[in-house]
Amino acid sequence: MDASPLPVPLSAYLTLAAVLFTIGVFGIFLNRKNVIVILMSIELLLLAVNLNLVAFSAVLGDLAGQVFALFVLTVAAAEAAIGLAIVVVYFRNRGSIEVEDISVMRG
Amino acid sequence: MDWAVVLPEAFLFLAALLLLLFGTLFERQAARWVAALAVLALFVAAFLVLAQGGEARTAFFGQFVVDRFSAFVKVLLFVTAGGTILIATGYLQDLRLERFEWPLLALLATLGMAMMVSANSLLALYMALELQSLPLYVLAASRRDSLRASEAGLKYFVLGALASGLLLYGASLVYGFAGTLSFAGLAEAAQRGLSTGALVGLIFLIAGLAFKLAAVPFHMWTPDVYEGAPTPVTAFLAGAPKLAAMALALRLLFGPFAEAAAEWQQVIVLVAVASMLLGAFAAIGQRNIKRLMAYSSIGHVGYALIGVAAADQVGLQAVLVFMAIYVIMTVGCFGCILMMRRGGRYVEQIEDLAGLSRHQPMMALAMALFMFSMAGIPPLAGFFGKLYVFLAAVEAGLVWLAVVGVLTSVVAAFYYLRIVKVMYFDAPAQPFDPLPRPELHAVTAASAVFVVGFLFLPGPIVDTAQLAAEALLP
Repeated sequence: MDASPLPVPLSAYLTLAAVLFTIGVFGIFLNRKNVIVILMSIELLLLAVNLNLVAFSAVLGDLAGQVFALFVLTVAAAEAAIGLAIVVVYFRNRGSIEVEDISVMRG
Repeated sequence: MDWAVVLPEAFLFLAALLLLLFGTLFERQAARWVAALAVLALFVAAFLVLAQGGEARTAFFGQFVVDRFSAFVKVLLFVTAGGTILIATGYLQDLRLERFEWPLLALLATLGMAMMVSANSLLALYMALELQSLPLYVLAASRRDSLRASEAGLKYFVLGALASGLLLYGASLVYGFAGTLSFAGLAEAAQRGLSTGALVGLIFLIAGLAFKLAAVPFHMWTPDVYEGAPTPVTAFLAGAPKLAAMALALRLLFGPFAEAAAEWQQVIVLVAVASMLLGAFAAIGQRNIKRLMAYSSIGHVGYALIGVAAADQVGLQAVLVFMAIYVIMTVGCFGCILMMRRGGRYVEQIEDLAGLSRHQPMMALAMALFMFSMAGIPPLAGFFGKLYVFLAAVEAGLVWLAVVGVLTSVVAAFYYLRIVKVMYFDAPAQPFDPLPRPELHAVTAASAVFVVGFLFLPGPIVDTAQLAAEALLP
């Protein structure tokens, strides 16, 4: 990997992606405020993955990783649309999208 | 490219598009027709899979593969999904939920499952998994005026998306450290030895799949989603998607990562033991039968993973037999749950079944058969499923794992038998409404016949499962 086309070492990209991914996971579990924040955290997870894929793709000199990243972007759009639709349906029934209120079923 | 390889999937996709057109043109009147045609399309697709023959062939530059393994799982998937759509229609009519979108979404999810089974690269794996998941999120929340259903949909969506994220992160690491997305290339890389980065990626992949399988410690969405979602959706979730996710895990672990078995085996053993324990103990206090089925499904995934942990051909065959029996049994069991209607309302508490044997002896008998079978009492089908996986574990030298399996089965038998006791010995509650639904009764009866008849005719499942296992792990 001497002739890396990347301006900074690969490890920097991987670290950034790992940090973004961790923030995303913590955003889903520690967030007590709002479901929209969870949707944003999910996007953060997918973006971290894309960063990984593109960085690896550049270093490996293999286009498949970038194609994968494009597919992930497309699916992420569909996923966000469905997620927002479900949040709207939930809000109509509950009148709130606070994470603490999502607890009708327990046990 | 040989289009015959993707014929069943292409057919299902075109059928879904045509039904969408048909449904939009005729709106409400179309709902029942779309459901019937969707079931027909699934059965035709099953025949197309059978007509493909057995030899391994690939399409789309090696991204998509068909072989005996995929054929076995796909036929089962299509039959289970078709059966579930059949038993769902009556319930949906009663709740005024009968829309043409329902069978269509189920059809598209099934298409995604079929592609999961045939995925032969990490990209195909991810796309198929999302094609399966996205319609299921919508289905779980499809009862829009119910708080519980929308909460179930929201929880399923958030945790499902997290699972996809974990799986993708794993895929990106495996891609980067092994240098390829295709399973064939990964198998070569694994023979040279996987780097630590690729192994971490593999663990993430397993975690993502464990979410989809509802295995401990990634099971937390299951009870809420099973309880909150409309019962037909729960029936659908409990059957086909489990089988597809298990098939995908098998293809991944026994295909490209077969060389790394020593590494993933420990993880699978841990997940299997935790799932069996939680499935056995957490279900004891449940009063809602759908919630109980959720814990039961977690336990069953644990048993199936015993066979995966054996990591050889015998184990692979055992998992396939176990999952085949499990999905057919589950469809029948949910058929009984869908018959629990009293005074025009559907009920789902266990005490609502009290004294069922006096009023509806046939339904009580069917339910008792399914409960005995799930508890693993001979000579019913569920017993043989467990026997196969436990034997595989013993042959692979994992005797203690089989012992844990037997002990948790004994604990789990308590709550299955309690349902039988409530039905046969408790003071009768009000009788259920008679339901004039031939399709519901026929599917449930067929499943009950299978549960009893497996003893006399195990060949079709056991022998084809062996051929499937040989195709994947020669």
